Amino acid sequence: MPRVLLIEDDEAVREGLSLALTYQGHTVDAVRTGEEGLDLLGSVTPDVVVLDLMLPGVDGFEVCRRIRASGDLPIIMLTARNDDIDVVAGLEAGADDYVAKPAQARVLEARIRAVLRRSSAPVTEVVAERHGDLTIDRDGLVVTRFGKPVSLAPTELRLLLELSSSPGRVMSRQQLLGSVWDQGYLGDSRLVDACVQRLRSKIEDDAAAPVYVQTVRGFGYRFGPL
Amino acid sequence: MTLRLRLLLAFTLLTIVTAAAVAGAGYVRARDAIVQRAQDNAVIETTNRVEQLYPLPARAVDAATLERIAARTSGREGSARAYGNGLSAGGMDPSVITAELRSLVSSGRVGWQRVSYAGAVWLVVGMQVRVTSGGPSGIEVYVLRPFTSEIEFVDELARNAWLIGGAVLVLALGLGFLAARGVLRPVRELQLAAWKLGQGELSARVPVRGRDELASVASTFNSTATALEHHVGELRRMESDARRFVADVSHELRTPLAAMTAVTDVLDAETASLPGVAGQAARLVNRETLNLTRLVNDLIEVTRFDSGTAALALDDVDVADVVRTCLRMRGFSEVSASLPDGVRARLDPRRLDVIVANLVGNALRHGSPPVSLVLSVSESSLVIEVADSGPGLSDEVLPHVFARFYKADSARGRSEGSGLGLAIAWENARLHGGTLVAANRPGGGALFTLRLPLGGEA
Repeated sequence: MPRVLLIEDDEAVREGLSLALTYQGHTVDAVRTGEEGLDLLGSVTPDVVVLDLMLPGVDGFEVCRRIRASGDLPIIMLTARNDDIDVVAGLEAGADDYVAKPAQARVLEARIRAVLRRSSAPVTEVVAERHGDLTIDRDGLVVTRFGKPVSLAPTELRLLLELSSSPGRVMSRQQLLGSVWDQGYLGDSRLVDACVQRLRSKIEDDAAAPVYVQTVRGFGYRFGPL
Repeated sequence: MTLRLRLLLAFTLLTIVTAAAVAGAGYVRARDAIVQRAQDNAVIETTNRVEQLYPLPARAVDAATLERIAARTSGREGSARAYGNGLSAGGMDPSVITAELRSLVSSGRVGWQRVSYAGAVWLVVGMQVRVTSGGPSGIEVYVLRPFTSEIEFVDELARNAWLIGGAVLVLALGLGFLAARGVLRPVRELQLAAWKLGQGELSARVPVRGRDELASVASTFNSTATALEHHVGELRRMESDARRFVADVSHELRTPLAAMTAVTDVLDAETASLPGVAGQAARLVNRETLNLTRLVNDLIEVTRFDSGTAALALDDVDVADVVRTCLRMRGFSEVSASLPDGVRARLDPRRLDVIVANLVGNALRHGSPPVSLVLSVSESSLVIEVADSGPGLSDEVLPHVFARFYKADSARGRSEGSGLGLAIAWENARLHGGTLVAANRPGGGALFTLRLPLGGEA
């Protein structure tokens, strides 16, 4: 079962979530502050980080940015207030998904499963696809640009794989929320918008004039046409 | 009629009356004096000429004598005609002598009359010529003298009177305008300040000038506005304190709830193995923890509407899709829904979901089946009508149906909802720039109508 790093300052919430996740079969490392969490990352390798945004000292956004800078560890943030500004800022800082407190353990569990899910797109081609300057290896889950690997967070990679699986086809945000974030029911479309922004900043020459991930006003997004 | 117009009219009337009185009276007196003097001079001069004819020969008058008399009395600029013994002679046109004048002269008096002749004004003077003995000679002399220069002088006087009157009128209008402005400026300032006050700009005040009636009105206005500002400020402070309190309480409740909610699933799974009463107790705690969570979430949602921090996460959606999913996920299968495809809108699908779920849930709980939902488009808005077949909303309930924690039946205790559902639905509609209206159907049953702008590219 996956190993979870839980960073939450409130003791009761930390204990409750640890209990619930452990009950589900996860190995949980629970810490109180962002500093402790970042320290622990040096010694243990969790599969996913569950991160409260309101932390004493180094806040959740900063922790998020540091984790993102050093790798593609999936991050789920806990928003204490379901505050829109927090949600948007957290997603911009690189979080893959968020859960608003109070949340039942099964909701958090579902989000953890979703970010850890490997791409469900059927893998048929063995050779890497070439799209302009991008090379997408669906088997090895490696994306290169001008021959150099691009470091993508799990949701960014899955979003790119999903869109590029049928170039030119328009997908609505709700469709993408279903296929990439595993949100069977109405999801937060800001997850898609924030992820598209982060993806563009990594693979486009000019994020303001995107070539690969294009916006189709009134409908959603599509890959290309190049 | 505006105050300005009334003031100006009053000034104008006053000026006209005064100018007419002063200039008109002066003109009339001057004209009469000038004309009188001129006429007197003419009569005296003519009389002098006639007297120079004496003594007249006492023989019968013939045409040559009349001709001579006319020539000697005519003067340089005028002409004359003499009558006598049934004859007449002289250079003067006899047609200018009126019958009236003739009868006056024949009665022995000196007569004069102004006449128009050959495009100018003339004076005709007529008198009888007497013989030396004093008796009438039977000769009448008429002299026609130009009167134009006097008339021109009088005309000039009239022109001057008009000119001065006009100038005074203009001056009076200017003064009236200034006076009107002096009075009206404070009035206009008051009006503007009152308007601002009405628009909610409670700091609006007017300058107080001088010590007149308008100044006292202005200072009364200012003190009223100050009092109003103070009271409104107090009310706002109290209201925002109350709201902040609700928000703080909700947030404080949320943290312990988060811990409790996290373990409800663990408890749920374990209640089966707990013995009888303990299992029931655990299930009760679980259920009510989730109810409390829903209530606190709704409260926090309401406080976010109040503080203006609620934001739309807009997306382009097929409205029928969102509504259909909402009904399916909530298990509202008994609703007969008319959902035409292809209604695309730019809105927050999760907020639309909340609205539809609350409206349909409310209709199912408080109305009677069948419940129907109809989606349509009208004037760049999407319209969703949710109707039930119950008794409808009574007149006492209708105005409060979107109020927070309003319970139509006060005897009824806690309902399934938080009591905030319709209030939140209403706020969500407003956040989209739309409306949510409750009414009764003619045939009975409540009807909730949601209108949201389609948004996006019009």
